[in-house]
Order: sequence, then C-alpha cells, then structure tokens
Amino acid sequence: MVRVSGYVRSTLAAVTAAVAVAAGPAQAADTIKVGEINSYTALPAFTEPYKKGWELALEQINAAGGVNGAKIEVISKDDAGKPGDAVTAANELVSREGVDLLMGTFFSHIGLAVADYAKQRQVFFVAAEPLTDAIVWQKGNDYTFRLRPSVYMQANMLADEAAKLPAKRWATVAPNYEYGTSAVAAFKEALTARRPDIQWVEEQWPPQGKIDAGSVVQALARSEPEAIFNVTFGPDLIKLVREGTTRGLFEGREVVSLLTGEPEYIDPLGAETPEGWIVTGYPWDKIDTPEHKAFLDAYQAKFNDYPRLGSIVGYATMMSVGEILKKAGSTETPALIEAAKGIAVATPLGPITYRAVDHQSTLGAFVGRTAVVDGKGTMVDFEYRDGADYLPPPDEVRLLRATN
Amino acid sequence: MDFLFVQFLNGLASASSLFLVASGLSIIFGVTRIVNFAHGAFYMLGAYIAYTLTQHLTGVVGFWTALLLAALIVAALGALIEMTLLRRIYDAPELFQLLATFGLTLMVEDLVVMIWGPMELLGPRAPGLEGAVPVFGQLFPAYDFVLIALGPVVLGGLWLLFKKTRWGVLVRAATQDRTMVSALGVNQSWLFTSVFALGIFLAALGGAVQIPREAVHHMMDLQIIVEVFVVVVIGGLGNVFGAFLAAVIISELNAFGILLFPKISLVLVFLVMAVVLVVRPHGLLGKAESDSRPAIGTAIEPFRRFGTRGRNAMVAVLLGLALVPLFAGNYLMSVGTELLIFALFAASLHLMMGVGGMVSFGHAAYFGLGAYGAGLLVKYLGAPMEAALVAGPVLAVAGAILFGWFCVRLSGVYLAMLTLAFAQIVWSIMFQWYDVTGGDNGILGIWPSRWASDPMVFYYVTLALCAACIYAIRRIVFSPFGYAVRGCRDSVMRAESIGIDRQRIQWLAFTLAGTFAGIAGTLYAYLKGSVFPDVVGIPTSVDGLVMVLLGGLQTVGGPIVGAAAYKALSIWMTSQIDFWKLVLGALIVVLVIAFPEGIAGFWQRRVSPLFRRSETEEEAIP
Amino acid sequence: MTALVVQDLRKSFGGVEAAKGITFTVAESELLALIGPNGAGKSTCFNMLNGQLKPDSGSIKLFGQEIVGKRPREVWRMGVGRTFQITATFGSMTVIENVQMALLSHHRRLRAMIPFAGDLYRDEAWELLELVGMADQAGRACGTLAYGDLKRLELAIALANQPRVLLMDEPTAGMAPRERVQLMQLTADIVRARGVSVLFTEHDMDVVFTHADRVMVLNRGELIAQGSPQEVRNNSDVQSIYLGSGALYGAEPAMEASA
Repeated sequence: MVRVSGYVRSTLAAVTAAVAVAAGPAQAADTIKVGEINSYTALPAFTEPYKKGWELALEQINAAGGVNGAKIEVISKDDAGKPGDAVTAANELVSREGVDLLMGTFFSHIGLAVADYAKQRQVFFVAAEPLTDAIVWQKGNDYTFRLRPSVYMQANMLADEAAKLPAKRWATVAPNYEYGTSAVAAFKEALTARRPDIQWVEEQWPPQGKIDAGSVVQALARSEPEAIFNVTFGPDLIKLVREGTTRGLFEGREVVSLLTGEPEYIDPLGAETPEGWIVTGYPWDKIDTPEHKAFLDAYQAKFNDYPRLGSIVGYATMMSVGEILKKAGSTETPALIEAAKGIAVATPLGPITYRAVDHQSTLGAFVGRTAVVDGKGTMVDFEYRDGADYLPPPDEVRLLRATN
Repeated sequence: MDFLFVQFLNGLASASSLFLVASGLSIIFGVTRIVNFAHGAFYMLGAYIAYTLTQHLTGVVGFWTALLLAALIVAALGALIEMTLLRRIYDAPELFQLLATFGLTLMVEDLVVMIWGPMELLGPRAPGLEGAVPVFGQLFPAYDFVLIALGPVVLGGLWLLFKKTRWGVLVRAATQDRTMVSALGVNQSWLFTSVFALGIFLAALGGAVQIPREAVHHMMDLQIIVEVFVVVVIGGLGNVFGAFLAAVIISELNAFGILLFPKISLVLVFLVMAVVLVVRPHGLLGKAESDSRPAIGTAIEPFRRFGTRGRNAMVAVLLGLALVPLFAGNYLMSVGTELLIFALFAASLHLMMGVGGMVSFGHAAYFGLGAYGAGLLVKYLGAPMEAALVAGPVLAVAGAILFGWFCVRLSGVYLAMLTLAFAQIVWSIMFQWYDVTGGDNGILGIWPSRWASDPMVFYYVTLALCAACIYAIRRIVFSPFGYAVRGCRDSVMRAESIGIDRQRIQWLAFTLAGTFAGIAGTLYAYLKGSVFPDVVGIPTSVDGLVMVLLGGLQTVGGPIVGAAAYKALSIWMTSQIDFWKLVLGALIVVLVIAFPEGIAGFWQRRVSPLFRRSETEEEAIP
Repeated sequence: MTALVVQDLRKSFGGVEAAKGITFTVAESELLALIGPNGAGKSTCFNMLNGQLKPDSGSIKLFGQEIVGKRPREVWRMGVGRTFQITATFGSMTVIENVQMALLSHHRRLRAMIPFAGDLYRDEAWELLELVGMADQAGRACGTLAYGDLKRLELAIALANQPRVLLMDEPTAGMAPRERVQLMQLTADIVRARGVSVLFTEHDMDVVFTHADRVMVLNRGELIAQGSPQEVRNNSDVQSIYLGSGALYGAEPAMEASA
C-alpha cells in the first residue's frame, strides 16, 4: 500500500502542476494581447532588428495612451524556423495566452502555415515579412493581411528599371525554391511585357544556402549575357559576389538584384559591395522625409543601433496593428477584419493602406543603384516606389483569390 | 572544352574543404566509432575563429598563421571536449555519442550568435591571392589553386602520418580492430584523444580556409555536415583515400550537375550515394568490418514483458492520459497530442533501430510520407479526415516497402546512410515537385473533420490511435516475429543457421516501422493543419534519433519516455527561453552523462529493481 | 542408410585451395570426428556443408538430396543443425527464448505477430534445456552465460528442429576438462537416442579418441586418413603432421583457444 500511495501522491503532484500551468497568467482587462511569432533563433540577423522595430512602436503606442484606453501587450514566440513549431506557438498564443490577434513571421511557408491556422481558428493575423504572393492571392484568406511588398511587386519595380537598360540578353540566378522561382517568373513576365525584344539566355538555380558559386559564375559567364537578374541573398549572395568579382563576371554587365539594397544583405558585403547594381532596398541613412527622420532618431536613441529593413517592417506591422485595433474599437475578429480593409497607416516610409480586395498593404520599396562609400555598401540614385503602383487591379486579384 | 576544364577546376577547389572535413570525420569514426554530429559545428568554429584572428593578424604570414592557429585552437577545444565529455560515454551503447555531439551542436549554434552576432561576417581575401589567373581565357581565382593543392597535400601528409609513425600504425590498427589496441598495451584514452583532436583540426582547417571564399555565419555547420557524411560513406568509412575520392566526385558532380540538371542539383548527391551503396555496400574503398561488434540495440538485459504490476501501471498511465482534458486547456491538449504523435514516431523508429538493429538516419521519410499522403488526399480528392487517416499512411507503407528492400541489404552505418539518402530523395520530391506537392509552400487546409475539430476530441482520436499502435508495437516485440527481428539483430549467423530469412524478416520490420511512422505523420498533418517539406527533413529524423537514444535503446518503453521528455522540453524551451538551443543542448549533454543508458534504461536498471525484486523472482518460474 | 555423402568438394580463395577434392560419408547415428592442424580447411569444409560457403565444385547429398547451392536456412530446414566454433547465440534473449526461437522457426511461426512468443513451445524448449543440463539457467540472459554453458545452449538450439545431421565446430573449446567429458557423453547419448549423425571438429584428442566412432584427418585441404580412432592414431602420415606439436596425444594445443 505504501507504493500505491506513492503513485497517488506523484499523480496528484503532476495534476496540480499541470492545472497551475493550464490556468495560465491572469488576464488583466485593460490590456489587449497581441501574439507575435517569428524565426528568432533561425534567422537572428533579420529578426532581431525586426523585434526592435515592433518594440519601439509598441512603446510609442502605449506611451501615447494605448488604443481605446487599453495598453497593448505583445507576447512573442520563436518558431525555430519550422512551420509546425509556428503552429504550436500560434496555438499557445491563442488558446493559452488568449491573445486577440496574431502578427509576425518571416519565411513564406511559415507565414502560410500561420495564415491557414488563422483561417481555421478564425483569428486575425497580420503577416509581417513573408514575401510569397500566395499568402494574399492564391492562398489568401479573410483573416490574413500582409505588410511587406511581395515578390511580384518588387520584381515589377525592378523590371521598370531593367526595361530602360539597353541589354537584350538576360541571364537569371535564383535559389531553387518557391521564392526564387516565383521571383524569376514575375520578373521575366514583367520585363518581357515591357520589352518584347529581350532574350533569356541562361538560368541558374543553386540550392538555397549551398551555392557552388565558382561553377555558377562560370556557367553564367558562358552564356555571355548582357545583364543578369539575381535573386540570391545572404551567404549565397556573398559567395556569388566574391566569385563573380574575381572572375570578372560583372564587368561590363548590368546586374539587377532583388533585396540586395537592404542593410541585412548589403552590410556584410562591406567594401566588396559590387557597384552599380540595380536593387530594391532600404538606404536608411539617406532618407530625408520627416516621418523617417522621426523614426530613425527614436530608434537610434532607444537601441544605439541603426535600423535595418526588418526594423521598418517590425515597426510598421505594430503600428498597423495599433491602427486596426483603434479603428475596430473592439478585439472581435470580424471587427478587426472590417477595420483592416482599406485602413490607412502612417509608416516611416510614408502612408500605406491595406487593400480591401486582397489584404495587401501598399508599402513600397526603394529602388536604386549600389555603391561603396567609405568602405561600406549603400544605395545611390534611389527613389521610393509606392507599392500601390505595382499591384494588379482588383479584378485580376479577385480571380486569383477565387481559385482559393 | 576550355570551359569544361575550368569547371573541372572549380569542382576540385570545392572538393578540398569537403575532403578536409570529411577525412577528419572518417578518422574519428574509424578509431573511436563516434558518429560525430558536431563535426560541422567545429568546422564553423574554425571559420569564426579564423575570421577573428585575421582581423588582427594581417599580411601574408599573418593570414596563414591565423588560419592555422584557428584550427589548432579548435582542435584543443575538441581534445578538451573529448576528455571531459566523450570519454565518459565510450562504454555507452554505440550511437549514444551521437546524442552528446548533437547537444554540443545545438550549444555551438547559439554560442556563435552570442559571441559573433547574427550578421554574416566577411573575412579578408588571402593576401597576394586576391586576383584571378587566366586559364584558357577564363579568369580563375588564384586562391582556388591553393585550395586545389591543399587537398592532395593533406592527403599525402595523412598518408605519411599513418604509414611512417608508430602513432599512425596504431591508428590504423585501431581502425581495423579496436580490441587489438588494448591488447598491444597502448594507452587507449591517449590515442582516442589525439585522434579526436586531429579530426577536429582537419574540420576546423576546412572551415578556416573557406573564409576567403564565403561569409562566416551561424548556419555553416548544417550546410556542410550532411554532405560530409555523404562523402565519408561513399568513400568508405575510416578510409581517407576514399574520402578524397568521394569529395572530388561529389564536388565535380555539383560543378557539372548545375549545367546538366540545374533543377535537381539538390537531390543529385543523394541519388549518387544511394546508387553507390546499392552497388557497393561498403562504399567505394571501404571494407566489411572485420570486428564483429554487436549490432546497435543489443542489450545485456532481455526485454521483459510487463508483470501484473507493470500492466496495472500502464492502465493507470492510459487512464491518466484519458483524464488530461479534464484539467488541460486547448493548448496543453494540443501539446499532449503532439507528444503522443512523437511517442508513436519514436516507438516506430525504435522498432526498427532498437529491436531490429537497423539504425535509421532517415525515418522522417515515412513520417513525412504519411503526412503528405493525407495532404495529397485532401488536396486532390477532398478526402475527409476519416478516409485520410486510413489511406494517408499507405504512401508511407509504399515508401518503406520500396526503400526497405534496398536498405536491408546493408548493415550498420551504411544502412543508416542509405535511409538518409532515401529520406533526402523524398524531401527533394516534396520540395521541388511544385505542381503536385506545392513545393516549399506546402499543402494547407488539412484540418480535422468538424466532429474532431475540437482539440479535446482530436486529442482522444490521437490517444486512441497512438495507444493502439504503441500497444501493437509492443505486442510485435514479444511475438514470434519480434523474436525473429531481435534474433537477426543479435546474430545474423545464428539466425540464418536456424532457418530465419534475415532479409525478409528485416524488410517486414522496416515496413512495419515505416507504417507506424506514417500513421504518426498523418496525425501530425491533421494536428498542424498543413504539411511542409520540413516534415521529411533531416531535423525531423534527428529528432527521432534523439528521442530514442535519450529514452534508452535497450528498453521497449524508452523511446516513448524519450519522446515525451525531449518534445516537451523543446516545446517549452522554444516558447520560454531566448537561447533555447544553448540550454537544450546543455541539458542533453548533462542527461547523456547522467544516464548513459537513456532515461528509461536508467530507470529499468537502477531504480526499478529497488522495488520490483519480488516480482521478477515470481516471473522466473517457467 | 548413409546420412551424408560428400563427393569431391573443392573450394579456393584467391589462389589458395582450401579444399582439394574432399570425399567422405557420414553414416546414420555415427559420431564422426574431423581433425587436422590449423588452416587445414576444417572450417571451410563445415561452412560448405551448411551452405554458408558455396563450393567451387563437388556435391553434398543429405539422404540422397543435393544441398550444394542452398542457403544455410534451407540446409537447416532439410535437417542439418550446427553449432559454431565461436558461439553464436541471441545475446539479448534469455536461454529459453533462444531455444524457443529455434522451435518457432522449426514450426514456421516466425511471422506470427499476435501470440506471445514466450508462451509458445515452452515445454519443448524446457525439455531440450533439461537434456543439455541448462534448465536451471533458463531465465538468464544469454549474454551473461559462461562459455561452456553457451556451448550447451547451442547444442539445445541445434537439436530444436530434430536434425538428422549435426555439425559441431569445436564443441568443447574453452571448456574445463570435466565439462568436456560431460558434453561429449551427452552428445553421444543424443546420437544414440535420437538417431542423429554428428560430424565434429575437435582439438582435444582425448575427446576425439574417447568418443568418436570414426576419425578423419584433414591437412591442407585434403583428407589424408580416415578410419577408427585406433587406425588413425597409428597412421604414420597423421603422426608426421602432428609430430612436434605433440597434440595428437592428449595435450591441449596451446594456441587454439579461439574464444
């Protein structure tokens, strides 16, 4: 009997512990809880600035009295770079922490997984960083809104510039997954529409993170293109740049490159940044608008660091959430959705709206050329392109979403 | 022609780092039998430390000194880890060391971010070798010539070391037959430490020489480790020449593969590995192992059926699990559901690995096929959950039948690597066959039917299925078939000589293990509502291994305990701790040292006898 | 009737001929010893007899049925049991489970997944263990047994499918002298009681000359003598081979304990 009571005692202890955990922290009535998920351990280079961005925005919103009299509280979770873990985190936030809405994610597939969870559990979700077109179009749903300019939008911005170049023979290099393939497809379509005379002479599809840069450069050079469209980023981009520079691939050739002007990707290149590439990006130290200046000052004061594009995304996402909550006047999901449709939000890059038709924000990007100044990579001759100008008309989008 | 020659040179240049790292891994495995999962982490550390040193040591001499110094520092670190950690667990069952090195890898991944920050770091180019040399009119980086020479130089150096020094002779002897070394009166621990340090030195050097070519970042380890295993296995374990040959083959394959098959470059190396292993079961230059080591999972203590008390305890556990929804909220129930699914996944892996002695590095294939089976049924046929739960695992069964047929023809680490190759092939199909599988954007909308959409109902569905499957696995273990499977593991010779058809029995066991993993995968798809290629990925397979080893290979219940412990810890830590990899890795290392038999093994051998003595005596009566 | 007819068995490895046309027969219920110095080809011969090695040429007929070309498990099903020089048992199972396994295989129940194997053929296994004197250790893990006990267990396993021919590779190696006598006496009893033919190799000449009905001597892949123990003992060729080692008369060959 002694042993039996031992079982009972340990079972009771386990039950008590579990109940304590299950009950969770008590919820204060005057806070609005926002659940936030991102790939903090898998992609710290991008997600740390992003986190600082939303932290700054959160501080500002709450300092200004919160929304509708309530303070916003953000509960942030790591998804370890795995969609399954992201769904677990979303579930924890919704079921246990009782958050009123979700925001975040970086990877496209994780964004899609959380978006689908949001649809299933009828939770409002603002996808911050995923670039895939599918999240608002083919697989878009009522509950999901997305901030960042998509692959389609950025490829079209670049195609505008590329069309002005004399180059007719084009080669492409892109990582071998959905982001790469859709970026190349969108760019090809956009550029061919603008310049029917263009020839596509070579495609390289290095595996993401495993580029065999010397061989890829060699293969690109062999096709003797006049211009190259690049979609690789991060460590792959660095290898490509080093090999390409050493081997003279970029000499006398135009290069159009997606995202390369973002500090996350251009800063590690430092003095080796290739000059004259046409890129999308974020020249944080050269933007003169008052709204950006205010953001920059506040950011540097708080973190003693300069912002990356992730900081803008984090800040704008949080601000969007704040505005949506304000407009909705409620934390009920249908109210949030209604409020978010067509809402205007002020961001450091200027005012944006979330289109009612596909829930895509009109946040744009800077398009310019790369340069090296004082041993650092930066952008010159840049111009802000409003995302609204690069989105397909509502009718087309409705068709895309209808197949969903 | 000129172009092809330069492309060939490109391949050779890439081969050299791969060879350095692979030869280190191969030497370590040959002597100590450690499957060093942390080898990639040491490669990465070599690159990081070389980066830091080159910031201070400049000029030609400074640069090369920095690279060498970095490799030496990491080698010293390796020796320290060998002496303080690995030495304690050499006597643990084979592969258990894999768990320790997995923990180390997790720790290192977080540590480098803490020390060097999350941004990619671009080291200097080699002084004097920044430029390019024209080769047949094509510019070829001067530094790459150094790399091309480095491989053969290191190979020659190793050859001299092994042929001409007493130490080298001992290493070769130990590679062939470990028992011989102790018979020769050699200080074995010193030999192991020095071998480990040499292997780590080579890995770190391989990382250090990469800094003029690529950025240093915190995911370098994962990018190289799998390819390194492939090289070691294709070359033949413990064979340095084989590693060189395989490194060249793989690198040339990558260099020319992008020209011939640009879209399937991901899977090419694994296809080649699968073909090599099917044709040559011990790699290109490897030999069958002479020393007849017991297969993994061979236990000193036989598996025991539950006595009355054990059965009662199990009924109590099941009742306890059935009562969970009374006090757990939706989130905890979902976590509980996930734990149950992974308990089944781990149990299925254990059926193959612990019971069958067939180590799998690619068990995720069947888990993933089960998940995709459900996903595809939903996507194309709009199948309801009830139908998908039944039909989903069929894809896993088919995969297990097909792959198992090849795998059971091999044994040991070769078998394990072939399972990995098949898993990677499945992964590539899921990742790249965009039109059918949705590629990396996966398949969405795999949610339970309305009646089961409540987390509590789905918890009960999962509990019922997993409990039934785990019970079935247990019954199988103690059935005549289970005996035959264990027999094939314990002694192939004895099994064959009492009429057991080893390959058929193992094939059937493989298929069953795949089936149960598939059922777990199908449930997982419904739990998450979506399927992505990562369910087939290497991390999923590694998670399975960690669960089984952590719980204890030598007990039937071990993997279930291991799955619950590991999954609960990692879910909790991911949610609550910023540097969770560091903490989780450290915890795994501590557990490895504290429980070298696994958690359940520890329980069974140390704790349980304390209050079960009377019962075992009862049972001993026939 | 003749149990086993072996004719002109040949096998070479690389350039080395390990069997140069071996021909012999084993009668029913006969205890036949195969002796010879190290490297004479005894193990090669055994491995060919149970199908582990395929001979280059020659034939082996078991009660008139050809067994060359068959796998070990098929040869076993035809009634040839085997014990190994270095014992091969299922180390992680108990003693009785080892025997039950052989019985399960014999009764072709290996793919059954429902019943508990531990409950099947327990009495038969128990009887076999009693026969070899291992019943008192039935519940022990095989991996913890003494060497001599493993040998006896192997004998029990080998008897499980009621073999007609038993191949025993050095059945008493590594045993204490008293154990050897016991085991060989046991073997002899079984041969007589069950009508089994036994072919065994052995280094201990006491064992050979005490228990064998007939002795064959193998040297460098050739049979150089066969006959009754007395005839072989007096054969001059045999004496010359063993000369110097002194092994023919009793003394244990020093280097042989291959445990």
